[in-house]
Formats: sequence, structure tokens, C-alpha cells
Amino acid sequence: MREVAIAGVGMTKFGISEKSNLEMFAEAGLEAIEGSGVEPKDIQALFFGNCLGPFEEGQAHMAPFAASELGLPMSAPATRFEAACATSTVAFRHAAYLVGAGVYDIVLVGGTERAAAMGTSLATRTFAMGSQSKYESPAGLTFPGVFAMAAHMYAKKYTIPLDELKRCMAEVAVKNHYNGSLNPKAHFQKEITVDTVLNSMMVADPLQLFDCCPFSDGASAVVVAEANKVRGLVAHPIYVAGMGQASAGALYLQKDLTRVRARETSIKHAYEEAGVGPEDIDVCELHDCFTIAEILAIESFGFYDFGKGYDAALIGETGFKGKKVINPSGGLKAKGHPIGATGTAQITEIVQQLRGECGERQVEGAKIGLVDTLGGDFGTLCNIILRSS
Amino acid sequence: MSYTLTFSQYHEGLKKGKFLGLKCDDCGAYTFPPLGVCSNCGSSSMQVTEIEGRGTIRTFTVIRVAPEGMTPPYAIVIVELEQGPWVMGNIVGLNPDQLSLDLIGRKVIMGSQPVKGDMFTREDIRILTFHVA
Ligand SMILES: [Zn+2]
Repeated sequence: MREVAIAGVGMTKFGISEKSNLEMFAEAGLEAIEGSGVEPKDIQALFFGNCLGPFEEGQAHMAPFAASELGLPMSAPATRFEAACATSTVAFRHAAYLVGAGVYDIVLVGGTERAAAMGTSLATRTFAMGSQSKYESPAGLTFPGVFAMAAHMYAKKYTIPLDELKRCMAEVAVKNHYNGSLNPKAHFQKEITVDTVLNSMMVADPLQLFDCCPFSDGASAVVVAEANKVRGLVAHPIYVAGMGQASAGALYLQKDLTRVRARETSIKHAYEEAGVGPEDIDVCELHDCFTIAEILAIESFGFYDFGKGYDAALIGETGFKGKKVINPSGGLKAKGHPIGATGTAQITEIVQQLRGECGERQVEGAKIGLVDTLGGDFGTLCNIILRSS
Repeated sequence: MSYTLTFSQYHEGLKKGKFLGLKCDDCGAYTFPPLGVCSNCGSSSMQVTEIEGRGTIRTFTVIRVAPEGMTPPYAIVIVELEQGPWVMGNIVGLNPDQLSLDLIGRKVIMGSQPVKGDMFTREDIRILTFHVA
């Protein structure tokens, strides 16, 4: 396997956009290509992420149109990936392995989504299509509902009073909103308090509105290439150290929802491939679609023992002054969650952190970063470990 | 190889008050609702069998922001059946506004109820329900 690196990254501001999926993707893609010191004609393949284009804009089969927007050559296959919220992370993993295998030297990976454009009711319905359509979604299951059931199980299993768990969950939202306030591309750039969370409307007991990430519009993209090529193009190549991906079936088959087994499988592979462990990770962008989700993730990574990670944000261990900075971008919670674009936006943040370009939200001296994206009701997990040298 | 127990056959069972599942010839585990292979050992050698409807609630939530076409609030539970499988459905017979963590661990009895299809699912289908034993 050849060494693989990221040459350039790009993303739109996340939030509510008047632009179409393709227009947003063109902005992110051109930013990534330009930052890589290459031309669109140099791109040999497009790995394109989008989940719900047919419902958002009546647009399916978006990948070839995206290639055309960017002026990629006809010889560059443009292929759409869909893995619910993990879409563009999964696209990235496949792209990186094909570059590593020597099939391509230089490719573009990214995603785009107009989730906010659908409105809450249709967005909730179409997101729920990521659950099993015969045995889960007819019960009226929603994604907040999935993580709400995990939160209840967590409180019961570890005998933590629900009020205490909810305060600790609220601290995750407070931290990530603070981080988002430092990120000009975040959907929400405003600080909140624990009371903001605990006084917000209930969405799925025990999750309140501010425990949940927003529906966002946005796009992101990265240029992935063979490492020697990247060293000739840019001053700070960021290297792909290790990757993992794992799959699981319907939520009810997973039984103990406090343990996301697909994540445990995925991260084990990524750690092994990178030759690192939890202690080596300096900065992490993880899938905080809901506050409880961040707690489950930091335990899966081995940053905390199971049942012990719930108060990490409360005691400041995952903030900028803590021992392990989690979601410096603001995470899905504040940066926003345009599902097909989320993964490569997480990668964008880690690349910029490892290059030391993040200004006020820079994690000092970060050398190894972890990306974590979860798709569906714990059905797809994908992890990417990046390093600066 | 033909699918041992289809959704359509499972669903016909629900309409008649029967819970059709699969019993593995190799390990004896029950798979319910059906899958292509045994959920325990992966064997494709399974017999259709009737599942008993008793179990214990393992977690729940109350949905207050619902997908298009659903009317909140309503409660969703995950239940561990006495015969092994874990299943998802709606709790019935309890006020969704009066549920607490004490619900976890309660014994329940399984039923089913019809859910109106929408433009995406195209058909009305039955979903599992649970009431406290
Ligand atoms: Zn078996």
C-alpha cells in the first residue's frame, strides 16, 4: 500500500443556504482543489456523498453533475456514496484505499446536503429512512429517539440519576457551542448555558432541543493523493495513518445501546493500522449528533472506561484546557450537520488543526487527530486517523 | 436459496395475532422478527415457529417531535423477549407523559397495531406493541 495524504480541504459555511446542493459542492470542491495546487483536470476520480437529494431537490444521480460543475475530466469516474450521516467519511475511506492501492494518484472526495431546506417534519421523516423500514420506523422512531433510548439505558445501567446525566449531557452542548462560537463556518456561533439546554423543548425523552444537532445545509471536500505527489504540491501534507469501518444491523439487534459495537470494531482497526492507541490522539472530531452520542463515543475510543465518560465535559477534560480536546470545530452540535457533508467537514477540521491553522480554536501542538462518523441507528461507523508527519 | 420467512408472511401472522419467527436448526436460537440467517450463529437452516409474546422492557423514549404523518407524543420501547430476541415497538395502555426510568425492567406482553402507510412506504403495516403485564 502506498502512503496517502491530503493536499487540500474546503467547506462552505454550514447553516441555511439559498444555494443548491451542486452549487454548494462546487464552492467546497474548488476551494479544496485550489488549496492543493492542482487543476480540476488533474483529478482522476470523484467520490461524492449525498443522502437525501431526491427529497431535498428532486435530484438523484448527482455525482456526474457535480463533476461537471467542477470541470473534472470525462475520464474521472464520479460515484455517489450513501451511508446516512457517515456518507462522506465512508467515501473518503474508499478513496484513500484506492489511492493507496495505486488505482488513482489524485482524487476529490466530498459531500453536500440541503437538510435544512426540507423543514423539520420532512427532514425527520427522511432521516428516519435510515432505520429499518419494516420493523423500526413504523413505530415512529426518530434519530433523537434512537439516542434517547441509549441515554435512558446508560442512566439505568450505570445507576446515574437521570437529572445528573442530563446536566452532564448539557455540558457537552455548552462546550460544543462555545467551540462553535470560535468557528466562522459553524451553523451556530453563539454560546449557550446549561439552562439553555434544560429549558429547551423536549424532543425525545430525555433529549431536549439543545441536546440535538441542527438540520443544516452545507458542503465539504478534500483532495486525496499519493503522498509523494502531495509533498510536491503543498507545504503541509497531512497523512492518512489508519482507517476503520464497521457495520451493524437494526438497533434492536444491537441490544446494549451504551456500547456502539460497530464503533468499537472500527476504531480497533484504525488504531492497529495507524499503530497508535487512545493515548496518542491529540484532537478528535466525533459524531455528536446528540449530546449523549459524544459520551458514548469517548468511551468507545478508550479515552474513558465504559460508564465513566459521562462527566468529561462537566469537569473540563474535553474542552480546550482539557487533556483531550473533543470537537474543537463545535461538532455536529454547533458547526452543524448537513449529513452528506459532515464527514469530510470533520476531516477538514482535523487537517486544519494538524496544520496549525485554526486560530482561536487551535489545539496547540496537535500532531495526531481522529475523525469519527456514525451513520443511521448505529449501522455504519467510520474512523479516520490523520497525522501531521 | 429462498427466504425462509418473508415480511409479508410475518405480517399475515400479525394480522391473525400470531408472532411468526424462526428457530435455528443448528443452535436452537430464535430470530424474531425474521432475518435471512440465524441472528445468533448465522445458519440458514431455520424453521418457522410461533414466538411467545412475553418480555422485559430494556429501554424506552417518548417521541415529541415526530416524522411527517405521525402524531406525538407516543412511546417507543425495546424489549427483550423471554425466548431471547430483542424487539422494538410502541408501548400501549400507559400515558406517555407519565413514564420514568422505572419502566425499564417491567414485564410486558406483546401485541401489534396497524400503522398508516405514507407516500414512501405505500402500505399500511402492523408494528409490535407492548402492554405492561
Ligand atoms: Zn443459530
